[in-house]
Amino acid sequence: MDVMPKWADVVLVPLFSLLLAAFLSALLILAIGESPSEALSLMVQGTLLRSAGWGYMLYYTTNFIFTGLAVSVAFHASLFNIGGEGQAMMGGLGVSLVCLFIPWPHWSLAIVGASVGAAVFGMIWAGLPAYLQAKRGSHIVITTIMFNFIAAGILNFFLVGALKPKGSMDPATANFPASTHLPTFEDMAQLLGFEKMFRSAPANVSFFIALLACVAVWYLIWRSPLGYEIRALGKSGPAARYAGVGSVKIIMITMMISGALCGLMAINTTQGESERLILNFTEGAGFIGIAVALMGRSHPLGVLLAALLFGFLYQGGAELALWTKIPRELIIVIQALVILFTGALTMMVRAPLERLFLMAWRG
Amino acid sequence: MPGTIHGIIGENGAGKSTLMSILYGFYKADAGEIFIDGQKTLIPDSQAAISAGIGMVFQHFKLVENFTVLENIVLGAESGEFLAPSLRKARAELAELAAEYELNVDPDAVIEEIGVGMQQRVEILKALYRKANILILDEPTGVLTPAEAGQLFRILGRLREEGKTIILITHKLREIMEITDTVSVMRRGEMTATVKTSETSPEHLAELMVGRKVLLRVDKTPAQPKHQVLEVSRLNVVDEAGVLRLKDISLNVRAGEILGIAGVAGNGQSELLEVLGGYQSATGSIRVNGSEIDLTGSSSDGQSRRARGIAHVPEDRQREGLIMDFTAWENAIFGYHRDPDHQLNRFLMNNAAIREETAAKMARFDVRPPNPNLTAKNFSGGNQQKIVLAREIERNPDLLLVGQPTRGVDIGAIEFIHKQIVALRDRGKAILLISVELDEILSLSDRVAVMFDGQIMGERDPSKTNEKELGLLMAGVISEARK
Amino acid sequence: MSFMKSIIGSAAALALTTTAALADPAIIFDLGGKFDKSFNEAAFKGAERWAEETGGSFREIELQNEAQREQALRRFAEAGSNPIVMAGFAFADSLSKVAPDYPDTKFAVIDVNWLSMPNVRGIGFNEHEGSYLVGMMAAQASETGVVGFVGGMDIPLIRRFGCGYAQGVKAVNPNATVIANMTGTTPAAWNDPVKGSELTKAQISQGADVVFAAAGGTGVGVLQTAADEGILSIGVDSNQNYLHSGKVLTSMLKRVDIAVYEAFTAGNDLETGNFMGAVGFAMDEHNASLVSSDMQAKVESAEAAIASGSISVHNYTDDETCPAVSF
Repeated sequence: MDVMPKWADVVLVPLFSLLLAAFLSALLILAIGESPSEALSLMVQGTLLRSAGWGYMLYYTTNFIFTGLAVSVAFHASLFNIGGEGQAMMGGLGVSLVCLFIPWPHWSLAIVGASVGAAVFGMIWAGLPAYLQAKRGSHIVITTIMFNFIAAGILNFFLVGALKPKGSMDPATANFPASTHLPTFEDMAQLLGFEKMFRSAPANVSFFIALLACVAVWYLIWRSPLGYEIRALGKSGPAARYAGVGSVKIIMITMMISGALCGLMAINTTQGESERLILNFTEGAGFIGIAVALMGRSHPLGVLLAALLFGFLYQGGAELALWTKIPRELIIVIQALVILFTGALTMMVRAPLERLFLMAWRG
Repeated sequence: MPGTIHGIIGENGAGKSTLMSILYGFYKADAGEIFIDGQKTLIPDSQAAISAGIGMVFQHFKLVENFTVLENIVLGAESGEFLAPSLRKARAELAELAAEYELNVDPDAVIEEIGVGMQQRVEILKALYRKANILILDEPTGVLTPAEAGQLFRILGRLREEGKTIILITHKLREIMEITDTVSVMRRGEMTATVKTSETSPEHLAELMVGRKVLLRVDKTPAQPKHQVLEVSRLNVVDEAGVLRLKDISLNVRAGEILGIAGVAGNGQSELLEVLGGYQSATGSIRVNGSEIDLTGSSSDGQSRRARGIAHVPEDRQREGLIMDFTAWENAIFGYHRDPDHQLNRFLMNNAAIREETAAKMARFDVRPPNPNLTAKNFSGGNQQKIVLAREIERNPDLLLVGQPTRGVDIGAIEFIHKQIVALRDRGKAILLISVELDEILSLSDRVAVMFDGQIMGERDPSKTNEKELGLLMAGVISEARK
Repeated sequence: MSFMKSIIGSAAALALTTTAALADPAIIFDLGGKFDKSFNEAAFKGAERWAEETGGSFREIELQNEAQREQALRRFAEAGSNPIVMAGFAFADSLSKVAPDYPDTKFAVIDVNWLSMPNVRGIGFNEHEGSYLVGMMAAQASETGVVGFVGGMDIPLIRRFGCGYAQGVKAVNPNATVIANMTGTTPAAWNDPVKGSELTKAQISQGADVVFAAAGGTGVGVLQTAADEGILSIGVDSNQNYLHSGKVLTSMLKRVDIAVYEAFTAGNDLETGNFMGAVGFAMDEHNASLVSSDMQAKVESAEAAIASGSISVHNYTDDETCPAVSF
């Protein structure tokens, strides 16, 4: 049945997609008169050869792990959650309410509270479209994307209004109290006696929560009866109906888990990095999560690796912006090429690879 | 050979469909050549097949439901930029064809409003309109009543007289014997024999197909029915479109007997199974072992039915009974996955134990290959069905619902499946069998009920009836249903 | 092998360029991008003018996301850029974290004038006063007594524009109607000329015949539509009168370019503390035919009165209310 061995499908396809994207990007950079090899070395230097570079990369990676996992979980039920942006925004609202209005004695407690707040808000925001899909048949793609706009509106409403400190120009909440601030990698390195490691980089303990989430999602999907039902519904609706797996219930639960994961992204950005709620803190991570899930084949390990790649691209892109004249738009194009090839065009790469393998089989 | 009907028979997975797909340009052959009228012909795609004079009537019709007959016939063979001239031309040609081959169809009828027999004629006309000289029919009688099948065979005979070559793919030995001139037997991708039909017998063909002698009748002792297990009374089902699918169905099944329900597909049997299986709401009453079952409430689902001792082998194992992308061991607990036996603790399943148990089950049910880690789609139809059957029978249910137990299953496996069903009966369980195969119903059942148009048309003792009588009941010509 | 070599080679080249960049000034543009025809572009123009006049070079970055604010600041500071200029109030927070770490680097930040740090120069603008002046102009030019305001992203700063504008309108014609619309609630609203155009059409249908765009790149669409539909428009930040000569009534000037130019010119001698930049309205050959000397005199006398303190324009961000218009 399967033409290619699994390892080839999992390793070679993304690798070739990546190389294709890299090749096109190199052409683009050449076309505007910059050197692709220099650009690459800048990206590697600024990201992998500096501890602060790692600190930024892992910060982005944390976001992408959460949103990538969220999209993956929904994928397993054949649901396409493109509302990650909105769910993360609501998660941010949850985090800031928890951090601003509950006096926390220590960050370790605050992060638990904030995680609950983020997850619950994200859950509600994904639960509404899920209900509309499950009960009313409104297509989840349409509703989740619409809910992104509504979330943006709600966030703005609060940040221009109730949550904004009087007299502040910025549409943002007040700074969270110091007791809620999460230890960054810099703080942790100092504890271990390394001065000047991860200097001012935003990566923080929520990275480890993201890793925990990977493990939890793996157990959920592949080991739990709930995950079994989620996958069953995703693979075959009629079969799930036959077995008595309630689609309404599973759609609701899956989307709420997905929304909770998206919401959790906010502990990284909002509690961990900006230490207050700002507008547009999601930075499109909800959408990147789709590419991450596609590239990671909806498996937590794959999601982790893909999130690292996209973290590298984001931090590398910042380095390009800092030290070259490559315009911002082109950097976005390069990132988009990677998304396009690894996410949307995998079939384009897979088909020729399959042919190659077929030829190899026959000798 | 022009003017002949050639049968191709073989077990499922023997390569019949693959061979035909190659002829019609869907697959490319790795090696070998195709000769038509002595000419070597390359068929890279279906367009080439059509221009080489090959016409194909698929098992599942490729018709646009809401187009008219005429539009469907013209579709893909339009003669110019505008549709109207094509349609005019087609109408004239269609009239000629209809007269020539006695294929009368109303060109302006909408496909979804005509019967399956008519739809099949449209498919044949489509092929003829494209000047097909070789007509390939894939399992053409699967959806037809015996009478409709008879009509089809008359049409095929007429086409044979006109000098067309007809290739008939089927797994029904009776049809091969009835209409073909020559027959080829396929087994495991190889053509094992080509014989003149007049010089062979069904037993011989079956042996060629399977590679060993097979029993075509089921050995069973007379039933010894005991207490009532299933009592259905005045069951009504209205589907989403508001059509009444089941009309006042009443029946009962006792422990230790098999009630067979015969009928042409689409006369309410599926709905009956769905209601009993818990995923179709209905009005009326169903009692199992004397206690009433909830038919509409929120607890009416497959899991609640299983809890009441009802096991269900669904009609379509690939759509419902199995998840094709799941492994065998995952499928082996499908529907019972919440059972405490399969749980390690509240949150995790005991995958290792399930695997082990599945391997044992697969050995008992002779599933090949007996590898629980293989995905369902990699098993042949018969082995898939055995996985479903193993899952449902091994739970030791009081009532087993079985729909089309041997559809698309090879002859060797049919024998095994039939034996399992009879063995369950002999253990004193109640079995409700639904099948469109009259042979199967007649050989397995202890009582036979016939469904037509959502009603039970009558009940017969299989030893005291015949296909002709049942055929009349199935066609709704005679009826004992309450009006 | 040769690939590795070229990586190492270019890494060395990079090391060289970073040291060579010592003491070059740097500018960080906000999310709208430097070609927004408005705020960021004005800052860019100031930097360009400095580069042309002195032959010097400067580093620049257009931010892609919030996390890059602090990163860009630190990376430029570490690379030795001095001074580092930021365009936008959103930098206030990052800057207050970063500035103490680099005491030898001078920072200048536009639209922020409440930080007091020894190495930071804050440049604020009284946008409500500039807007008041163009509001007076709008009310005088309007024949219908209905004027429009199209804001970019709905934030207090833009409401300050709108509120000052409405007060100016009411000062001339107390019965005038001011229609205020915001383009959106996300930063995308700074760059949505199509939506700007729609809003303008909507305002025209309600009778507006002068419309003031305080919306960054979105304003391009507002001005275009106003010109197409034959009504007057008012530009913002830079002098945008030239965009549609004879159809742009005036532009509310917020001399960001001057602020950047001055910071770059001062170099390491940049004076720190909080300052107010210049605001005003633009008069040139492109709008001479639209503004009568009478109108101009009236606005100029108001400008003087504001300067002397005899007219006080309410600042929305003081108490987040506006007496003249509701948003």
